[in-house]
Order: sequence, then structure tokens, then C-alpha cells
Amino acid sequence: MKILVVDDERDIEVLFEQRFRREIKTGEIDFAFAYSGEQALQYLNQHVHEAVLILSDINMPGMSGLELLRHIKQKFSHPPPVVMMITAYGDAENYSQAMRLGADDFLTKPLDFTVLKEKLKEKVQ
Amino acid sequence: MPEWNSKLQWLLYISIGLLVAQAVTDNARIVLHWAGMAILGWLLYTISTNEKFKEARFLVTAIVPYLGVAFISETIRLINVDFYNKWHGWSDTLQTFAFIWGVGTWIVTRKQRKELIKARQKAIEEEQNNKVISAMKAQLEVQVAERTAELTKQKEELENALDELKATQAQLIQSEKMASLGELTAGIAHEIQNPLNFVNNFSEVNKELITEMKHEIDSGNLSEAKNIARDIQDNEEKITFHGKRADAIVKSMLQHSRTSSGKKEPTDINALADEYLRLAFHGLRAKDKSFNAKFETDFDDRIGQINIVQQDIGRVLLNLINNAFYSVSEKLRKDIPGYEPTITVTTKKTGDQPNTRVEIRVADNGNGVPKKVLDKIFQPFFTTKPTGLGTGLGLSLSYDIITRGHGGELKVETKDGEGAEFIIILPTQ
Repeated sequence: MKILVVDDERDIEVLFEQRFRREIKTGEIDFAFAYSGEQALQYLNQHVHEAVLILSDINMPGMSGLELLRHIKQKFSHPPPVVMMITAYGDAENYSQAMRLGADDFLTKPLDFTVLKEKLKEKVQ
Repeated sequence: MPEWNSKLQWLLYISIGLLVAQAVTDNARIVLHWAGMAILGWLLYTISTNEKFKEARFLVTAIVPYLGVAFISETIRLINVDFYNKWHGWSDTLQTFAFIWGVGTWIVTRKQRKELIKARQKAIEEEQNNKVISAMKAQLEVQVAERTAELTKQKEELENALDELKATQAQLIQSEKMASLGELTAGIAHEIQNPLNFVNNFSEVNKELITEMKHEIDSGNLSEAKNIARDIQDNEEKITFHGKRADAIVKSMLQHSRTSSGKKEPTDINALADEYLRLAFHGLRAKDKSFNAKFETDFDDRIGQINIVQQDIGRVLLNLINNAFYSVSEKLRKDIPGYEPTITVTTKKTGDQPNTRVEIRVADNGNGVPKKVLDKIFQPFFTTKPTGLGTGLGLSLSYDIITRGHGGELKVETKDGEGAEFIIILPTQ
């Protein structure tokens, strides 16, 4: 299962790789990383339908996570990938906007990786 | 002199009586002559001896010759009438001369007295003038003292006002700082939260990894254990890195709120600009969640460290960046199709040794600065923001910090409706 992680913090890559080292080793999960909304769209265009799940931060310079979400839901609808939004601000406005735009889930930072793992498995199945 | 008045009046009556008697009778002429002479003599004696008639003494000089001639001629007439009759003409001539002498003396004296009076009057006038002058002088002195007191009072009042103004200015600067700190708070929270998340996450990962590593060692998989150990080491570095990142943000926040030390220290201007760019962005973002803007940086690595009052320059950068974000967020509201708000921060080393300078540009593609306010933007209390949103001190303080504090320049290039670019030029020496 390919998961695209979108965050402007570069260390997120190392963190995910280590947090999911067992899953990566077994080939259960495969990660791809993008550091901005623009990069994420580029990746999605190049690797059509590869990523089944997208984990995106909302607060990013340039294209925000919410805009990215709108683009994804418009362009890549067959089949629609699962999109989970992550934000440092767990406020109602961001949440409702994400949900309106079609987000499949909404997580707040700091990420609880145990919960995340369970959710990922749940969404994929 | 009332007593003399009456005496002299009596004398006048007697003289008139004598004159009448002389005119009426012919018999007692000699007696009348002697009586007249006696009166005149007594009069002259009184005048010459009494202090009260000092001013009339010239009469003595004038009349004595006449009286003398008359006395001698009458005496001769009494002793020898024939001799008198024989020399009578001479006596008359002498009497005429004496009379002329008397008149002359009188005229001369009168003239002298007139001059004397004039001189005396002049002296009195002068004295009066002097009195007036000294009175005026005294008055002037009083006035001068009053004015001096007034001026001293005014000076003191002005000094007090100046002190108050200085205190107010310090307060305003402090409140401006606090206001910008307030704008920053959300950005700071965000900027600290992210590194803290990493610190927590990597610590947890390391805990897991250590368990795994123990497991591998127990199973004799030493090479795999070594791999894990390397990962742990890497993670430790990440933890330190993000810990320091959070630390730096807290420190700069504290520094921002403190009163400026005014001490110039070697500073990495690129790191400073980057830090404030992020803080400003997240600050605005936290206030307005729908807001977004692209921010780009182009830093010149050749700059190295330059001597600046870090806290002050930080405030200038924050102010310029905040303004830039404000400007693009205003333009964003106009819903112009295809508009992409962008902030660019550029640093560049310019000039040749020893006159190298550092140029920091904060550019935005917002609304720009309208021409009519362009020459006012660096003035204190000028703001285009709605009441309550801007103190109007940001740019004026920035201007002060750059020009007076660092001997640099703060300029603006702008096109109305297309954006603005603020340029800081700092000497590196």
C-alpha cells in the first residue's frame, strides 16, 4: 500500500520511516513524501493511482493542505484516494472545512502513531 | 515772611507819605531828605545783615553810592549852605552817576539772576530726568526679573514636558513591541509546537529502537543491532536539533520583548530573516486560518555574520514582513482571479572591501503603497490600517533603528496596486 505524506517539515520523512520500520520492512506499507502541496500534485500526476492514501498537513506555505485536498477530490476521483488531514491547530473551522472538502479523516498534531497505524489499517481494508 | 511783609508795607506807606510831603511842602525839605536817607540806610543795613534777604543784596551795591553821595551832599548843605550852593551842580552830577550805576548794577544782576535761574532750572530738570531714568531703570529691572522668572518657569515646564514625552515615547516603543509580540504569539506557538513534536516523536522512536536493538543483540544479530544503533544516534541528533530550534525561538521571543541592550553582536542575518519570516507567517495564519501565501527566500551565503543589534534588526524585519503579509492579505480579499500572494525575502552582499554592505529586501505583490502617502509612511503615527489595528509606529521605529542605530538606509520601491519592496542597506563595518 502506497501512502503519500505531505508536510513542509522534512524530518517527517525520517520519523515516518522509523515509526513504520516494521511495516516498511515487511512491505506492508510503502511511503512517498512531498514537501508542499504543489509537489504532492506533481507526484500524483506522475504516479496516477499509485498512492491509495494521502496524509497531508494543512499548514504549509504556498498551497495549503485544504487546497490540495480540493484538487485531489476534483482531479483524482476514479477511484478517489483516501485523504487524511493533519493540523497543528485542532480548531473547528479547519475541521469543518476539511470535512466539507471531502476529507476522510482529521488528525491533530502531535500525531499519536499507534492511533494512526490503526486508522491506516482500517481505511485500507 | 509775614512779619517782614507788614514791616515793609509800613515802610512803603512811610515812603509814600514822605514823597507826598515833599511834593506838598517846601519848608521841611531837609528833614524829609534825612528821613528818606535814614529809611533807605536802614533798609540797606537790614538787607545786608539779614540772611533772609540774601538774594536782594545786589541792591546794597546798587544803592550805596547814591546814598553816600546824597548823605555827603546833605551833610555839606547842613554845615555850609553856601559851599553847598556853590558846588551843588557837582553833587547833582555825582548823584546822576550813582543813579546810573545803580540801574546798571540792577540790570547786570537781573541778567545774572536770570541765567542763574535758568541754570538752576536746568539742574532741576536734569535731576528730574535722572529721577525718571532711575525709576524707569528700577521698573525695567523688575520687568526683567519677572520675565526671567517666567522664562525659567517655561523652561522648567518644557523640560518636564520633554521628560514626559520621552517616557511616553519609551512606553509607546514598548507597547509597539508588545503589540508585534502579540501578533507573533500564535506563530511562536506553532513554531515551538513543531520541533517539540519531533523531540517527543523521536524520543519515543528511540525507546522502541532500543528495545529492538536489545532483541537483536540477544538473538546474535549484531550487524542489525549496529544499524539500529546508528539510527538511534541519528535520531538523537534530530532531537538535539529540534530542541535547539525550539530553544532559539523562545530566546528570540524573550529578546524581542526585552528593552534593547543596544549592543551590536555578530549575527547571521539570513537565519534571523528566515526565523522572522516563519514567525510572521504562522502568526498571521493563526489569526486568519483561510489565509495563505507563498514565501520565498534567496539568501546570499557569502554574507556570513555582521555586527548588528540583533533584537532591533529582528524587529525591523518582523515589521516589514508583517506589513508585507498584511498587504497581500488585503489584496487577496479583492478576489482577483489567478492572484497568488507572494512574499520574497532576499539578502545580498554588495560593494567592494572595505565598503561592503548587506542588502535585505522584503518584497510583496500586494497592494503597494499609494503615491500620496509614500512620503508619510516613515512618519510616526502614520498608518493606513483601520483604527486599533496599527500603532503607526512600526515603520518609523524601523527607520530609526536602521538609520540612526546602524548607519544604514531604509528605502521603499513600490508600484501602486502591484506590490512594494522595502530595502534595508546595512554597512558591514
